[in-house]
Amino acid sequence: MLEKALAGSKGYYAWIGFLIILILIGLAAYLKQFQYGLGVTGMSRDVTWGLYISQFTFMVGVAASAVMVAIPFYLHDHKAFGPVVILGEFLAVAAVIVCVLFIFVDLGQPGRMLNLVLHPTPSSVMFWDMVVLMGYLLLNFIIGWTVLGTEKKGFPAPGWVKVLTYIAIPWAISIHTVTAFLFAGLPGRYYWLTAIMAARFLSSAFAAGPALLIIICLTLRKLTSFKTSAEAIQSLAKIVTYAMIANVFFVLLEVFTAFYSNIPGHMAALKYLFAGLDGYNNLVPFMWTAAVLAILGITLLLIPRMRRNEKVLVAALAAVFIASWLDKGIGLVLGGFVPNAFGKVTEYIPSLTEVMIIAGIYAIGFFVLTILYKVVIAVREQSPNAEH
Amino acid sequence: MNRRDFLKAIAALGVGGAAVYKGSNHLKAQAAVMKKSSEAKLAGHWAMVIDVSRFQKPDDIKQVAAACHRFHNVPKIDDPDHEIKWIWQEDFEHTFAELESQYLSEKIKKMDFPVLCNHCENPPCVRVCPTKATFKRADGIVAMDYHRCIGCRFCMAACPFGARSFNFIDPRLFIEEVNPELASRTIGVVEKCNFCVERLAKGQEPVCVKAAKGAIIFGDLDDPDSTVRKVLNENFFIRRKVELGTGPSIYYVIRGGVAGA
Repeated sequence: MLEKALAGSKGYYAWIGFLIILILIGLAAYLKQFQYGLGVTGMSRDVTWGLYISQFTFMVGVAASAVMVAIPFYLHDHKAFGPVVILGEFLAVAAVIVCVLFIFVDLGQPGRMLNLVLHPTPSSVMFWDMVVLMGYLLLNFIIGWTVLGTEKKGFPAPGWVKVLTYIAIPWAISIHTVTAFLFAGLPGRYYWLTAIMAARFLSSAFAAGPALLIIICLTLRKLTSFKTSAEAIQSLAKIVTYAMIANVFFVLLEVFTAFYSNIPGHMAALKYLFAGLDGYNNLVPFMWTAAVLAILGITLLLIPRMRRNEKVLVAALAAVFIASWLDKGIGLVLGGFVPNAFGKVTEYIPSLTEVMIIAGIYAIGFFVLTILYKVVIAVREQSPNAEH
Repeated sequence: MNRRDFLKAIAALGVGGAAVYKGSNHLKAQAAVMKKSSEAKLAGHWAMVIDVSRFQKPDDIKQVAAACHRFHNVPKIDDPDHEIKWIWQEDFEHTFAELESQYLSEKIKKMDFPVLCNHCENPPCVRVCPTKATFKRADGIVAMDYHRCIGCRFCMAACPFGARSFNFIDPRLFIEEVNPELASRTIGVVEKCNFCVERLAKGQEPVCVKAAKGAIIFGDLDDPDSTVRKVLNENFFIRRKVELGTGPSIYYVIRGGVAGA
């Protein structure tokens, strides 16, 4: 089926070419980091994880969000999602590959990566994260590829795929729960030390992931023969709305617990993020942008007239997506390192090399996604009712 | 291969396996004998008591730190973002941030405290390490295998004491005078104080203990007759962030000496 990715329009080749250039730039930047060490990034002794790990965290959420299409379709027989399910599964595949790459570029000794397998350590959450992410990657790829293959030949999908789709549902929840546990169990990192971390992760994922998926569907509708129904778009938009409301609610719960209890450690990171601490306030504009966009997005999505207008819908979804990204793809990881173990603040600004590596990894993600979607669309175009 | 050969091969494998097993037992027995006969310092739970009042001349702690860093080939990197430190000094309000008070005496406010890895009883760094590159020994020391560390820095996120440093840049370019007795680290791994396990194995006390000339007392907490236990019994002491339950093995005695109890 992969051969279908080789033939395409000029626009398709231009897009692929653009992605390959970004990938090469990222590769060159990574070679520099490989040579010189992680000293080329903005990370420091105090802020030991930066944009790599925060992008990883955010993208695990995007991967997990495929389940928001799978649950209505597989468990509740919501037929409108039928054509979209495979887009969700392949989005998950691309997202997990991006996650693995972000972990890889974050390692100080990437050549020793296999030590994770050679010396498996069940007490480490990172071990479990590796297990669930690899499993999730396999599940989604096998499900998507098999369903597409049988669709091409005009057969219904085999029974065992159905079993895998049921397994994939709790598995999706597990990948983001385990990722939350990377952070939520560390003594002394009060911003992360919260029982609702996994719940926050899942709610923001179920807002940002489907928001991205809708934008992708609308783009495909414009550029290709893949037309997602308005009903499917509206159902997904409602999922985004309530997931985002839950996400904002959970953040407000954190604010209450921190400030009503008045415990300094619990207040410090929130103060740093939203007001600045000891004169350090790099992230304040980002966090308030996130807050404004979150409220704006929710308001637009809640008003049916606005939500049904697809132009407004895209703006609202973009607002939700960017808000979630600022909150989880920047604030969450960086906020956890403030203040440091000695009550001091060190700020982090990513370096150009770091940003180029990040752009390269996202380009790889889009490359994988484009190839997979191209195959889907080509298969569907060839066999509307699958008669060969 | 016919059935007869196959059975023969299985039998040979079994004999070979048994021989290897026996051999490894033999090695273990040898190791045990070596341990007993050597002059290594042994303990159930190594710990330090730091008498802070004896560290109050401006360069006291710096000298101890320099001795440690020289011995362990710790690079001297001035950029605070990339610096490597095993032992260094902090003031009271940063060492014990949660005990800060505006009514703290000037004397205590100005005191310097040596800080280093706490060799915790329940070390979070050991719990989170995905490769067991950081591990806890039977004698309580939290040690590292620098050849196994993948540089994920999960241990640095988990350590509530800021005791760990990461080699962001090649450390070997910043070692002023190499100590050929010990290894240096490579780029991309985490490092920290190891209570001088290399010296303990030879029956010597840690470098900082020697350099501090009595201001740092080192010994076995499991031994009720040890000096550390005696000092703890006779003085009021504090440890960093005990509320986190990691069980630090570094004890600070602030007013110092038996008289200060």
